[in-house]
Amino acid sequence: MLRLEPRIRPSALVELATPAIAVLATILAGLVLFAALGKDPVEAVRIIFLDPLFDPYSRSEILIKSCPLILIALGLSFGFRAGIWNIGAEGQYVMGALAGGTVALAFHGAGGPWLLPLMALAGAIGGCAYALIPAFLKVRFNANEILVSLMLVYVAGLFLVAMVSGPLRNPQGFAFPESRIFDEAARLPTFGDTRVHIGIAVALLAVFVAHVVLHRHVFGYAVRLSGAAPRAAAFAGIDRNRMIYACLGLSGALAGLAGLFEVAGPIGQLQTSLPVGYGFTAIIVAFLGRLSPIGILFAGLVMGLTYIGGETAQFLLRLPAAAISVFQGMLLFFLLAFDLLTRYRITRTRSGPA
Amino acid sequence: MKTLAFLAGATALAVALAGPAAAQDESLKVGFIYVGPIGDFGWTHQHDLGRLALEEEYGDRVETTYVESVPEGADAERVIRQMAQSGHDLIFTTSFGFMNATANVARQFPDVKFEHATGYTRLDNMATYDARFYEGRHVAGIIAARMTESNIIGYIAAYPIPEVLQGINSAFLAARSLNPDVEFRIIWANTWFDPALEADAAQTLIEQGADVIFQHTDSTAAMAVAEEAGIYAIGQASDMREFGPTAQLTAIVDNWAPYYIERVGQVMNGTWEATEVWGGLGTGMVQMAEFNEAIPEEVAEEAMAAAEAIAAGELHPFTGPINRQDGSPWLAEGETAPDDDLRGMDFFVEGITATIPN
Repeated sequence: MLRLEPRIRPSALVELATPAIAVLATILAGLVLFAALGKDPVEAVRIIFLDPLFDPYSRSEILIKSCPLILIALGLSFGFRAGIWNIGAEGQYVMGALAGGTVALAFHGAGGPWLLPLMALAGAIGGCAYALIPAFLKVRFNANEILVSLMLVYVAGLFLVAMVSGPLRNPQGFAFPESRIFDEAARLPTFGDTRVHIGIAVALLAVFVAHVVLHRHVFGYAVRLSGAAPRAAAFAGIDRNRMIYACLGLSGALAGLAGLFEVAGPIGQLQTSLPVGYGFTAIIVAFLGRLSPIGILFAGLVMGLTYIGGETAQFLLRLPAAAISVFQGMLLFFLLAFDLLTRYRITRTRSGPA
Repeated sequence: MKTLAFLAGATALAVALAGPAAAQDESLKVGFIYVGPIGDFGWTHQHDLGRLALEEEYGDRVETTYVESVPEGADAERVIRQMAQSGHDLIFTTSFGFMNATANVARQFPDVKFEHATGYTRLDNMATYDARFYEGRHVAGIIAARMTESNIIGYIAAYPIPEVLQGINSAFLAARSLNPDVEFRIIWANTWFDPALEADAAQTLIEQGADVIFQHTDSTAAMAVAEEAGIYAIGQASDMREFGPTAQLTAIVDNWAPYYIERVGQVMNGTWEATEVWGGLGTGMVQMAEFNEAIPEEVAEEAMAAAEAIAAGELHPFTGPINRQDGSPWLAEGETAPDDDLRGMDFFVEGITATIPN
């Protein structure tokens, strides 16, 4: 019989290396998967993992794809460290986009340089306010924040549909449920002819700030202590309720900002198809990045890479979209598996039949 | 000169991207962007049948590619652009939500031709095409009115967009004209594809007494529920008989193959233009699936006659007098609906008691 037995001292080096090992294992399993589908496995892996890195356009698109993932994952990582589980970033992302987008539409034809900062502020506040709902219910009634935040994702999605089918609908849009295209003044500035927008610079800045806060600021200390030793945190005078508000509010604000960047950046309008799962994928990114800001930056880029490469592989090799999803899912699977094996060892116990 | 440069570019790209295997690149490269998975039925499946028909028709002279399950948002533009950049000559983007992304890419690639399904933005190198599904719904409305015993017809609708409203109004007008007691119960699904939700909607409609169910959503869940409950249903996009052998009265089938074959032919012989095509029963873009054997002979003949009259242009499903739901007049006696009214349709006709959410 096989048993899991905790390792007394998990190797720090191995713990640091597990994400890289997981990526390698995913590539190996991918080779088998693609070969089983009758495709040239080496070519498939090359198209997904390498080619996008050598093509300037693909590189720029990886940044765009990673931007919301990094921003959302950064916010989530603080709560996850402190044992506060915001699973509803997808809803906060939508509410942020909606709040900021409404500002853009309200000033249609009357924009100025002040408009984008105002939209960003509205986006962050929108996402933050929405995340404070589960925080309030948790503090006040001890309602499980995992369930409440997750349920609110669906509410946000339906609210978005209602808004773009009603008050925010494009009056010249043949009754289709989508807003006008935002004015130039309400679109994020981009670099060169790419779609790379200023939001990516903000995401990089956020990584830096998060790193400093986590390691140099008392809030970061409180977060790390709450996660590592909740009882010690309580004795140290860390107010659990304040942590709940701070962590959910922060992750909501960053998710809202990510949503606003998406509609003011590459999309350019509010539409019903806005939620595409970034809020959920960001959970994978947060863990793949070891809940550390720098790690999340790289994890977000790797995740973005598999999306971009996966699309190309679809039309160059006719790989089904589902195979790409399986491939991405394997990444999390291997990460969790290697994590387990880092902390536990498998032992064989000899137990005779009872 | 331009052609030469283009050919050189295409060759370089083909070699670079596909490796030495793609030595002959005389063939026309046609790409498809799908909003869902191809699967075995439904909207995307029907477009893919059109793609396969292209390969069948033109053999080595075309090379087709596709990307499935492309989200209608920031991702669409990238996928379309990468397709344009990798040497495709003609690209079909097959969902309304791809409109702005298609237009953005079309502006950057003036030498590539684009075809966008169900939208309204056109450019010199971007055409639009759509089908008059409401014509099929008129025929299905006739059958539903004749087959219902409870006089309650259920309708699962995706979004309150013109295409869906045209369908509901058309089916309702046809049904009411034959059976003045008929009532429509409408459930808004707010999704094109969600089997669990569609099954729930069908169940709710059955509990409200519906014994014929229309759907303007994409899964076969409602059909399966109807089969189990022993009532009738009308299939959507594909022939769904497999899922409702006794339930399916008929289905409104999308048939894009003739259009795709025609347009690819036009690119080959240089006559392609950025047109706006809105086909229907007449062009074969909309077809009725084989009628259920339970439909009495005279009803089948009546429905078939309507289908043929619509195809021949002798009958328009929206022929006045028709009032809007609020009682205000829309079409006068004998007047037929102008296409622009249909394209921007945002109201129910008189007699429907449901409301349009907004």
